Amino acid sequence: MPAMIEIANAEKTFTMHLQGGVRLPVVRGVNFEVHPGECVVLSGPSGAGKSSILKMIFGNYRCDGGRIGVRHRGSVIDLANAEPREVLSVRRETIGYVSQFLRAVPRVPTIDVVAEPLTATGTPRETARERAGQLLHRLNIPDRLWMLPPSTFSGGEQQRVNIARGFISDHPVLLLDEPTASLDAANRKVVVNLIDEKKRAGVAIVAIVHDDEIRTQIADRIVDVTSFAAAA
Amino acid sequence: MAETQNDAPLLVAESLSKNFGRVVACRDISFTLYAGEVLAIVGESGSGKSTLLQMLSGQMTPSAGHVSYRMRDGVLRDLNSLGEAERRFLFRTDWGYVHQDPAQGLRMAVSAGANVGERLMAVGWNHYGQIRQAASSWLDRVEIDTARIDDAPRTYSGGMRQRLQIARNLVTEPRLVFMDEPTGGLDVSVQARLLDLMRNLVSELGLAAIVVTHDLAVARLLSHRVMVMKGGQVIETGLTDQVLDDPHEPYTQLLVSSILPP
Repeated sequence: MPAMIEIANAEKTFTMHLQGGVRLPVVRGVNFEVHPGECVVLSGPSGAGKSSILKMIFGNYRCDGGRIGVRHRGSVIDLANAEPREVLSVRRETIGYVSQFLRAVPRVPTIDVVAEPLTATGTPRETARERAGQLLHRLNIPDRLWMLPPSTFSGGEQQRVNIARGFISDHPVLLLDEPTASLDAANRKVVVNLIDEKKRAGVAIVAIVHDDEIRTQIADRIVDVTSFAAAA
Repeated sequence: MAETQNDAPLLVAESLSKNFGRVVACRDISFTLYAGEVLAIVGESGSGKSTLLQMLSGQMTPSAGHVSYRMRDGVLRDLNSLGEAERRFLFRTDWGYVHQDPAQGLRMAVSAGANVGERLMAVGWNHYGQIRQAASSWLDRVEIDTARIDDAPRTYSGGMRQRLQIARNLVTEPRLVFMDEPTGGLDVSVQARLLDLMRNLVSELGLAAIVVTHDLAVARLLSHRVMVMKGGQVIETGLTDQVLDDPHEPYTQLLVSSILPP
């Protein structure tokens, strides 16, 4: 089966112009593949570049070199060299992303924050809200909070809203940046189950998780990010 | 976000430049805008962003370069080749223009209903009841109490005026809306409401928009793509979250690092 994600020689360096042009090499020679139904966990200490790699795959950080191939609409698109509108199309249909922190629009109710990836691809609002409600329910966000904007929620609640938003679509690729970091045991278990369902549905997953127990439960393969360290 | 699959460009800017005497306001700016795409033009005062918007919307003739627009019949035409009547027709139907100061985009002494209805009459609507009905439904859509339909906008607050201006622009279902600092001059709580409203309308209607703003938060909330201008030139461009989260140019890094944390 062909890979969903193929990363070849990708690299990233930050140049800090406001700090006298200091160059901060982050990663170099990033090479790995992710197949449908497989969960690859990135490992390595803080600052090794795990989140940066996820952001490069999502098209949020630009690559300075290499290739990030993602299968999209039946062919492979190189996100390291894609036009903005191509990246948007990939995000709409192919790649879902659960970031570490929820970035929500003020005033938008939680249920709509979660439903948005579906309405954006044309699902009727009512159907989208229904699915959003089911996910929020599974993630133990009580109904009385659904019509409130998530900005006033606790850290753990916001993270669960973010997870619901990331899991609601049937995207074939899912990127997870510490999805269980501030969750209690019961909710961690819910997330592990959600990940299992995605894997069974053939979704290719790249995840960052610090919790060893969770990692052993979800990982099919571990990619050590320290091997991509860009020696300064 | 709205559909951006349409492969024919809606608006094409080619090597646009504008000089005022020896002062260069815009230099060699090119880009392509597609249907349903929202482009933010950011930069400080004097960077040339308002001059650029004027050229793009056919209100100012470039010193060099061209702006082309795909008309409803699918033909891409140079704005300069359009007659005055054709250009006016574009402005009345296919385009909207939201001014920073609502007083410039509204007729302050006539009723809110007439402000919205006027655009419909300009495209041939003549049934009073239907016009009033459409105006009232648009007031509702922009969260203005329909009981205020007969009041003139000079009796409205700043935020209401701006929402009325948006209703007036969108009632003819334009395909492209130009916005010049649409949230400038409004207090923060009013801004958030307006932004949320604009964001929903843009995505529901599949509008393309070009938004000039000095506020990066506005760019982040509203736009798919961003162009950063400095000294009349586009110095950095790309997907909005890419440019704001991973800025490459010194000036863009300065802009991004100058945002106060919420």
